[in-house]
Amino acid sequence: MSANHEDHHHAPDGHGRALRLGIGGPVGSGKTALVAALCRSLGPSLRLGVVTNDIYTTEDADFLRRAGVIDADRILAVQTGCCPHTAIRDDIAANIDAVETLEERFGPLDLVIVESGGDNLTATFSRGLADRQIFVLDVSGGDKVPRKGGPGVTAADLLVVNKTDLAPMVGADLTVMSRDAAKVRDGKPVLFTSIREDKGAHSVAEWVVGIVDTWQHQHAHTV
Amino acid sequence: MHGDMAMLLLADSRLPAGGHAHSGGAEEAVRVGAITGPEDLARFLRGRLATAGVVTAALAAAACEVGSNPQPGRWQRLDAEADARISSPAQREASRTQGRLLVRTTRRIWPSESLETLAQAVPDGAHHPVALGAAAAAAGCEPRQAALAAAYTSVTAPATAAVRLLGLDPVLVHRLLADLAPALNDAAHEACVIQADDWSDLPAHAAPALDLLAEQHLRTEVRLFVS
Amino acid sequence: METLRSDPPLTLRQTGPGVVHLVSTAAGPLGGDHLDLTIDVAPLTSLSVFSVASTLALPGRSLLTVTARVGSGASLHYSPEPIVLADGCDLRVQVRLELAPDASVFWREELVFGRHGEPSGRCHTRLDATVGGVPLLRQELVIGDPATHDSPAVFGTAHCAGSTLLTGDLPRERHLADGCAVLPLAGPGTLVSALAPDTVELRRRLEWGERLADKTLP
Repeated sequence: MSANHEDHHHAPDGHGRALRLGIGGPVGSGKTALVAALCRSLGPSLRLGVVTNDIYTTEDADFLRRAGVIDADRILAVQTGCCPHTAIRDDIAANIDAVETLEERFGPLDLVIVESGGDNLTATFSRGLADRQIFVLDVSGGDKVPRKGGPGVTAADLLVVNKTDLAPMVGADLTVMSRDAAKVRDGKPVLFTSIREDKGAHSVAEWVVGIVDTWQHQHAHTV
Repeated sequence: MHGDMAMLLLADSRLPAGGHAHSGGAEEAVRVGAITGPEDLARFLRGRLATAGVVTAALAAAACEVGSNPQPGRWQRLDAEADARISSPAQREASRTQGRLLVRTTRRIWPSESLETLAQAVPDGAHHPVALGAAAAAAGCEPRQAALAAAYTSVTAPATAAVRLLGLDPVLVHRLLADLAPALNDAAHEACVIQADDWSDLPAHAAPALDLLAEQHLRTEVRLFVS
Repeated sequence: METLRSDPPLTLRQTGPGVVHLVSTAAGPLGGDHLDLTIDVAPLTSLSVFSVASTLALPGRSLLTVTARVGSGASLHYSPEPIVLADGCDLRVQVRLELAPDASVFWREELVFGRHGEPSGRCHTRLDATVGGVPLLRQELVIGDPATHDSPAVFGTAHCAGSTLLTGDLPRERHLADGCAVLPLAGPGTLVSALAPDTVELRRRLEWGERLADKTLP
């Protein structure tokens, strides 16, 4: 490892940089809606940046810009060449580049959210890219999904089960989902939300504030 | 030295330097119907190798040589020679993006004077072949190995993209790549003919169709690849 | 005009103040021919070079070298009619443009891949343009190589290719239409590049791009 000053972003201890939060999950589970909700809730108190990994073009980034929840310049889109999970796990170069570009342009930042392209249950973020990660499921995928596990469900720092308002309509039993998730997640937290009803996803936002606080205490610049 | 191993690592599509998101014009060629199946793809790859591939290989070989005696002025002059050989702004941007990511990745793998001086001399991102040559030098490659890796990746990226976009039989596409072996060797050979500090005579083969595809790709709303 | 010197098969004729026409006085480039054209445009002067008809490259090896030096504040307009690559030709074209930093150049080249209904002959062109000694554009084209000619990456289904290099005080805007792109270069210049099914369409596409690249053009 060179001692070059430009390389401080790669410092494994994370000193002097924002917390990088990955948000992953299957297509349509509400990742972009969650990012928008977090921007709404956290924007007033935290300095934010967002990187989207769209499957097609810049649709998610455009959605966020239109939603007006965050300054449009603070959203960067990364193309993933048909392989959304490659871009967050095996070859994170373009995402790191986008994160660092945001930090260079707008830094210092408190939190950079990296939203993955919609993928399957095995897609998780590399630790080289995300310090913490949220995996988003929705109830309409069926209440068996948590039981089936998969790296996203089991390993994420927070599991969010979205669209709880639809549970009665799709016959999903939230108690079953909660019990199964607790079993495979070894005590790591699970939150149930309906972002359609709670535009700020407040329980998730609260969790994020907690991890940002912890991160900043642990990684404060010591000169 | 360890040049052979390093060449394999640099040419591997799994090198985490962002290459997986570039199609080298193949995505747009598929969209406009210029590539519909293996025959078109074979001709696309052969044409790309004879043009962009040869130029890339030559610049990478020259950069590998510079990397053995790196000076900021030499990096800047070689990077300007790359600029003069890429007339499409879209392709210049894609090349610099890939170069920047490659330097970022390889300076952590092979910390070296070659890559540090390049990063400082061309801070916004050197052209991809220049970065590749610098990384090759850092990893202990000869210019010919740098040229081979450059020529190879100039065809593997579009081949992989075509497999994903058209659902082509991957074995068949690898056969097309294998058929390119003699042309690939020729390209690397041509790339290494001139190795002096005067790079004005390095190959400069242009591909007008690739230029048009690259510019059109940026204007296409739905795209999966950066280039 | 200071000096105007030529020998067959290429003759230069002054047709106006600062205007020269290339006149083919024999069936032009034949096997073995080596044609050499040198243009010097003195500072603060202007020169236009046209040709009266297209050039037909005939079977056999031939070489055409063009060197143009354009001085400070000078302008050069070069737009001869297309070169037609007859089946069996093997033409090498080498163009070297040495431009002063504030020189203004319009340099158009058009190539036709064979006469009507015949396959293209072979041709290898190379253009090297420098501004104040710094490379602006280096570009080679290889036409008629069966391995690559009809590649969708190179010429695709086109029957003609052309380009115009412009330098001077130009807007740095990109434009694109069917078969034609206006490409601002990294250095101080713009390349208009076109592919087309025939010469009429090629010229139309290039002129469209040229007018966008230099809005002062008529």
